[in-house]
Amino acid sequence: MSKLAAVLQKHKKIFAPFITAGDPDLETTKKLILAMEKAGATLVELGIPFSDPMAEGPVIQEADQRALAAGTTTDKIFDMIREVRKETDIPLVFLTYANPIFHYGTDRFYARCAEAGVDGTIVPDVPYEERGELEAACQKYGVDRITMIAPTSEDRIRDIARDAKGYVYIVSSLGVTGVRSEITTDIGTIYKRIREVTDTPAAVGFGISTPEQAAQMARLSDGAIVGSAIVKIVAEYGKDCVEPVRDYVKKMSDAVKHCEE
Amino acid sequence: MTKGRFGIHGGQYIPETLMNAVLELEKAYEFYKQDTAFWDELRQLYRDYANRPSMLYYAEKMTKDLGGAKIYLKREDLNHTGAHKINNVLGQCLLARRMGKKHVIAETGAGQHGVATATVAALMGMECTVYMGKEDCERQALNVFRMELLGAKVVPVTTGTGTLKDAVNEALRVWTARVQDTYYVLGSVMGPHPYPEMVRDFQKVIGEEVKAQIMEKEGRLPDVVIACVGGGSNAMGLFYDFIPDKEVRLIGVEAAGEGVDTERTAATIARGSEGIFHGMKSLFLQDEYGQIAPVYSISAGLDYPGIGPEHAYLHDIGRAEYVPATDRESVEAFQYLSKTEGIIPAVESAHALAYAMKLAPALPKDKIIVVNLSGRGDKDVAAIARYLGREIHE
Repeated sequence: MSKLAAVLQKHKKIFAPFITAGDPDLETTKKLILAMEKAGATLVELGIPFSDPMAEGPVIQEADQRALAAGTTTDKIFDMIREVRKETDIPLVFLTYANPIFHYGTDRFYARCAEAGVDGTIVPDVPYEERGELEAACQKYGVDRITMIAPTSEDRIRDIARDAKGYVYIVSSLGVTGVRSEITTDIGTIYKRIREVTDTPAAVGFGISTPEQAAQMARLSDGAIVGSAIVKIVAEYGKDCVEPVRDYVKKMSDAVKHCEE
Repeated sequence: MTKGRFGIHGGQYIPETLMNAVLELEKAYEFYKQDTAFWDELRQLYRDYANRPSMLYYAEKMTKDLGGAKIYLKREDLNHTGAHKINNVLGQCLLARRMGKKHVIAETGAGQHGVATATVAALMGMECTVYMGKEDCERQALNVFRMELLGAKVVPVTTGTGTLKDAVNEALRVWTARVQDTYYVLGSVMGPHPYPEMVRDFQKVIGEEVKAQIMEKEGRLPDVVIACVGGGSNAMGLFYDFIPDKEVRLIGVEAAGEGVDTERTAATIARGSEGIFHGMKSLFLQDEYGQIAPVYSISAGLDYPGIGPEHAYLHDIGRAEYVPATDRESVEAFQYLSKTEGIIPAVESAHALAYAMKLAPALPKDKIIVVNLSGRGDKDVAAIARYLGREIHE
């Protein structure tokens, strides 16, 4: 079992906040990781900004642009993680696209992940069929390749779930990331089909912004992943975002953890 | 290696939400590719609607003026909607209709693919939405209105550099949101499998016709065939039937913009490196961290940071050559063809002409060059005037 899976097993419910690394700067990213841990995050998903993030809605697209404009690079993110690792063991997972990894050198990228203390990666444009692109390096360095299951996955669910490491990312809705007023996908059925083939925890992301939505998704699965709603706070407050993000994450993670009550 | 590979290039690098749609498309295409009725209907549309075969024209004045190899022009500019783009769109929309899709989306750069898609959507009674970079909407305002006249909705894309790559990003994003009833009509030999192969199959009619036409006129194959390359669909269409004919040189001309040694360029083969983007492994213009570079060319249709995977492969194995032409050279070729032959070429096609003008004088008179005149230049007149320092109000 991977470190990530072991940690997740200790938690009844997962709350996974997402932020774009380097938005507004890496110093703030470091503070956010520590603050979100204290506020109850089970793990933190960190976006490596990409010029053309095709699975993201406007909120995270703009965050990527801000981070890149601030001079954020993959190497600087690794440096920041080495720093933050001196202060916390919270699982850290990268979310980025195929090209920043491939162009960096896939083997070299995962070697750095392992060395800096990154537990897993989510790469939306590397689907099940193309997993060979990353698999060898992930295994070699013991970094979990977290896979996504979408409302359109249907008969693909079993194969993807069986292949899952760390946790399964259930995409709540069609379309890109961003806040939604309601989620209409039958998450319960997707979750059940995942459970038929694996014990790996499965959490729901895309479109979640309120404590009620987070609790509802956590009841239907093993937890909730929240990105755009947090990134919006970062966009609004800039370097002063740490406190409002902490307050928001506290509210959301409480809702997830007490969802059964 | 996974499906849809050209050497190491190609593949299906897209979000999970789109995978079943792409697999469904792949299955449908595999089926209709073998279906005689499908091809009969497509060939009839090519002939009666798109005005095919397009003529192969001997550019005698140009040939004499340049004093070297004989130059033929493949007149894709005379197709309905004014470019080669209609070949692919007729094929894909016919496929979309057989798949039961009622809504088509497309990205467009210069607007030619958008116009072709809007046209065929009107013909087939489909709802059509076209995504076009904001900068391109300004450069090609006439085409925006043309698409609207045809009943399509044009959505300006403000993200990124507001050009073709951003239009592709947005079309992919919208496709993930409406994947169940929407067909994505990709405009070039790029994107995830099966697009590069399928678009090539719908464009290869160009090369097949050239072969038959040149055999009739000259009794032999050409020595060189030349086409401009952005994503690379008109070039792939011209090249494909000639790939086994090793004696025929295949030359793709990339947009160098202000020069391949400047940052203001779109010459992917000259300046790019291996990457994974827009669903495919291929060559891309990018920085040391794999961030896709903002590219530039006077031609909105060639202003793209990547190249179709089959071109990357033809480059790898040395079967095709890729050379750059700058804005300046292309504008000169644009003016030259207008004055010399009375044909105003698309600024994209003018890149291919620019290289032909360099190559022809260096070859003996018994050599034959075929240049793909992929589109007509009406859409570019205002932009060229601006480039030459004249402001025209459309």
